[in-house]
Amino acid sequence: MSESSLRLVWVYPDLLSTYGDRGNALVVERRARQRGLNVTRIDVRSDQSVPTSGDIYLIGGGEDRPQRLAAERLRQDTGLVRASENGAIIFSVCAGYQILGHEFINDLGEREPGLGLLDVWSTRGEGARNVGDVLADVDPRLGLPQLTGFENHQGITHLGQGVSPLATVTVGGGNGTGDGTEGAWRDTVFGTYLHGPVMARNPAVADMLIKLALDVNALPPADTTWYDALRAERIAASRQPA
Amino acid sequence: MAGTETEATGARDGSLPARAKIAVTAGRVAAAVSRKAGRGSGSVIGGKIALRLDPDLLATLADHLDVILVSATNGKTTTTRLIAEALRAAGPVVSNALGANMPAGITSALAGGSDARFGVIEVDEKYLAGVARDTRPKAIALLNLSRDQLDRAAETRMMAEKWREGLKDSEAVIIANADDPLVTWAASSCKKVVWVAAGQAWKEDAWSCPACGGVMQRPGDDWFCQDCGFRRPNPHWALQGTHVVDPQRGAWPIQLQLPGRANLANATSSAAVAAVFGVAPQVALERMQAVTAVAGRYDVVQYQGRDIRLLLAKNPAGWLETFSLIDGPPTPVILSVNAMDADGTDTSWLWDVDYERLSGHPVFVMGQRKLDLAVRLEVAGLQFHVVDSLEQAVRMAPPGRIEAIANYTAFQQLRKVVAG
Repeated sequence: MSESSLRLVWVYPDLLSTYGDRGNALVVERRARQRGLNVTRIDVRSDQSVPTSGDIYLIGGGEDRPQRLAAERLRQDTGLVRASENGAIIFSVCAGYQILGHEFINDLGEREPGLGLLDVWSTRGEGARNVGDVLADVDPRLGLPQLTGFENHQGITHLGQGVSPLATVTVGGGNGTGDGTEGAWRDTVFGTYLHGPVMARNPAVADMLIKLALDVNALPPADTTWYDALRAERIAASRQPA
Repeated sequence: MAGTETEATGARDGSLPARAKIAVTAGRVAAAVSRKAGRGSGSVIGGKIALRLDPDLLATLADHLDVILVSATNGKTTTTRLIAEALRAAGPVVSNALGANMPAGITSALAGGSDARFGVIEVDEKYLAGVARDTRPKAIALLNLSRDQLDRAAETRMMAEKWREGLKDSEAVIIANADDPLVTWAASSCKKVVWVAAGQAWKEDAWSCPACGGVMQRPGDDWFCQDCGFRRPNPHWALQGTHVVDPQRGAWPIQLQLPGRANLANATSSAAVAAVFGVAPQVALERMQAVTAVAGRYDVVQYQGRDIRLLLAKNPAGWLETFSLIDGPPTPVILSVNAMDADGTDTSWLWDVDYERLSGHPVFVMGQRKLDLAVRLEVAGLQFHVVDSLEQAVRMAPPGRIEAIANYTAFQQLRKVVAG
């Protein structure tokens, strides 16, 4: 990327933007601009091809049928896979997270191939849906504070050897595997079940993506007063027994 | 004034079967006890008890009426009120005017008696198919479908599918918004449909063809799917500017006391419903002009010596319509958001709302989830004040009428506060 610009690609807002996913794009964009970066945001609709020259790719949550359509179109398009091969940063949420894996269960109850960018596969839980606030401790190698968010999913995501859990839940269901893991990551590809949206509740995640894109260890400070107040409130609330 | 529509007169009880009569009486007693205990109108508890005693009660009560059902994500309470006013030109009306829109509340409203000819009933989206089966309506108005309380409601397209399945054998005339692809999908398997071009500002839930999943093309006001050919039907009725255009191309001015484009759309659909029962558009529209606040919505109230207009917005589509009707800057705007069960406990939807449109307004944020709003507005680059109460917001607000926009329980709380 050029020194002062950032290309932010939001993948398929027409299909995968059900749970306020636009918030992740807005927060990354805002925090990059606050650091003086020139941000180009590219919203790619599912009848357009995914550009391979982006720095950060966001892919969000969606309903079951749009999720299948998105997987079909992304497999056919190959832009996201090629971008990933070039080392692009990809952050995925919920349905988007499942699509990045090897396979998931689609709206027809069938196994639907994903993109295989994360070594995970998803099945459908038999029990109650995981709905509610989540609190999770992030993989210490990422140097991030506690994650707070809101989950709403029936899926269970199993992690293979090629990824690490993004976090370990202290409240909430996370991957739904019963071992307390939440999300997955490897290199510059991330997946999580948290929306809320996750960047609004965890601006440090947005900052991490920007740092990865710029290949720097630190960014100039940007105010987090309201984010901090919201975090404190949600963290306290999620610790209250329901 | 809402709330006077369902007063019990008991006039019809004599014609009810014994079991229904007992159920209606028991329901009234329960409602009265609940009212005395200060727990609201008691209509829901009364209806529940009555339905337990006679599960067929709703069907029995509806049997004597020409029933009109109204359902949508947004605007159903107001439209129910507009249709009720219009149909009074043709005969007495019974209606669940207070918005108790699930089977118990509906039963209670109809059991309120009266010698009504029409039952104009608002129905929660999730219950529409069942209520349509029980009440055998003559007409059903379908206004719009969009995302709302996704943490507990069905996904939006699934709702359209449920409507489609539940209504396909209905004998009712379906009055459906042709500008909403999801509503069109729901109505297009019905036998008799009157299409209304009522407009739709919010488009984010219908980029994907409800029939085949193809990407929807939306040039101007039109929409179609390139893959399967599913497309906007030719409307019989249309909202054009501030006029209703009827099937004979007659244009009738809409003069409402209610503000906003969404209410012009609601009036258009209401005129189409009224026509099914022989009420001419000019007569219907004239009667609609009498409607002011509906269950407190759009009400201008006095508080601390200031005028405040109370606006309800529960989901992204509702906020979008609300922003289009508020007075321009520098009118002060108060936003209040809660996340109780009745609101939906997930606040992610705040990010689907274009708060950027409040630029230039002095903005005050309050409610249970004021900090979610604060982050949202910060990211939108707006100036705003976080306050703890309406009193504080009003004290800080610059002069002029104040617009207060709130979601469901936050709105109820504001009404309580201003009522003292």
